[in-house]
Amino acid sequence: MNASELDGPRVKRTVLGQEGRVVSTSSELTRALGVVAIVASVVLVVLGLFVSPADLFQGDNVRLFYLHVPVAIVALYIAFTVTLVGSVMFLLKGSVFWDLLAGAAAEVGVLFLGLTLVTGMLWGRPTWGAYWVWDPRLTSTAVSFVLYLGYLAVRKLEMDPTARSRRAAVLGIVGFANTIIVKYSVSWWRGLHQGSTLKPLDSQIEGLMMFSFFVGVVAMMAVFAWLLVHRFRLAWLQYQVDERQLEVALRERRSEGSSSGLAQGGI
Amino acid sequence: MLRDAGLVALKDLRIEWTSRILTAQVLPFGLLVLILFGFGISPERIVQGRDRRTVLEDVSPALFWLAVLFSSLLALGRAFAIEAEDGNLDALQLAGLDPAGVFLGKMLAISAELVVLELVIGGGALLLYGATIEHPLLLVAVLVATTFALSAAGTLYAALGAGIRVRDTLVPLLVLPVLAPVLLGATRATESALYGSASDGWPWAGFLGAFALLYLGAGILFFGSLLEES
Repeated sequence: MNASELDGPRVKRTVLGQEGRVVSTSSELTRALGVVAIVASVVLVVLGLFVSPADLFQGDNVRLFYLHVPVAIVALYIAFTVTLVGSVMFLLKGSVFWDLLAGAAAEVGVLFLGLTLVTGMLWGRPTWGAYWVWDPRLTSTAVSFVLYLGYLAVRKLEMDPTARSRRAAVLGIVGFANTIIVKYSVSWWRGLHQGSTLKPLDSQIEGLMMFSFFVGVVAMMAVFAWLLVHRFRLAWLQYQVDERQLEVALRERRSEGSSSGLAQGGI
Repeated sequence: MLRDAGLVALKDLRIEWTSRILTAQVLPFGLLVLILFGFGISPERIVQGRDRRTVLEDVSPALFWLAVLFSSLLALGRAFAIEAEDGNLDALQLAGLDPAGVFLGKMLAISAELVVLELVIGGGALLLYGATIEHPLLLVAVLVATTFALSAAGTLYAALGAGIRVRDTLVPLLVLPVLAPVLLGATRATESALYGSASDGWPWAGFLGAFALLYLGAGILFFGSLLEES
């Protein structure tokens, strides 16, 4: 496959192979995005830790809410949806762009899902008295986490890149469907035995708390987008390097062949 | 597609029949797991609040399905190990077989192997853990539905690892989280069949059937993409 056939992103200052140019994954857009992410995160810290009031029932523990829930929303609803879309588009179009996008989103998504689990456990200990309870949400999140670790493992396999991408794409699609099944089955399981007893936070939040939560969602989405763009561009550069190395190696091999004769090459 | 499926299934079963790997290695492994569970959970321990029922009997549905699940990993590994040599998967396609047919065939062969596994391990569980069956009809339905759920999802995911070096470590990582809902449903339904009320178990049996159908569809749809080498 020729590199020019691929509809890659237009990346400024990242022309590969031009001597003396620093290869970077940043651009004006990502810098602006990074600034937004940092500012929003700082505002979130100030709002969440200092400005917003303590909860009537949960006291200061409620402050984890402003990080935990946004991180979970980004991981479960945004990141893996991007992976799903990328996987479907890759199978339909076969372009490397979609494959790399799906992979980058899954990688950042797994990071956010891990953060979801860690912050959730830290929150669970003071609230429920245990790091882990077999709540449907926790259980299904843990299973999804392992599922996407498997997806990342497939992406790292040493095999033909196109075949690997195709396998990963199938996994990205079926895995997404499976996270829904896991969620459904686990809620049903717990539902049969007990009512939904664990309500970490009353849905009636308002005022400053609601605003802090909103800032949290914006901040985490900005961080996610920023990481995603960089991860994707890194993968794109990596892909181009691999392609180029193959080209160079082929060229060397051919010139070797023409100068010394193929007969000495052996089998 | 169905003719191809039949051919592949017969081929796989014939290979299993002559190699005897299933009977000589996988089945004993399943029984061994049952015995090890007995070591891990003291057989004499009584469930609190229940009249003379041991913990082992109480959790026997879970232990049974875990033993089946672990053994099925070996069977799944076998199913694609026999295709890995000499570029067999390519040969199957070169022979003009429909990828969907290959999927169905492998799935059917694995289903047949799973039935044997379930019968032997189930018999062992009944004997070793002293469980009794309240609702045999529900149990049969659960066994059938779970068999197809395991084989359909298992075949699709095992194919992801076909032809790669790290297959043995990769496939369990991929398959087990996917089969987690199956383990959950099968265990709940079997509990109902052994010592609960049947009305609790039937919805789970339906869930397992739906899971099997979903993965059957996914396998028919995607198997071709998995088989292509480049």
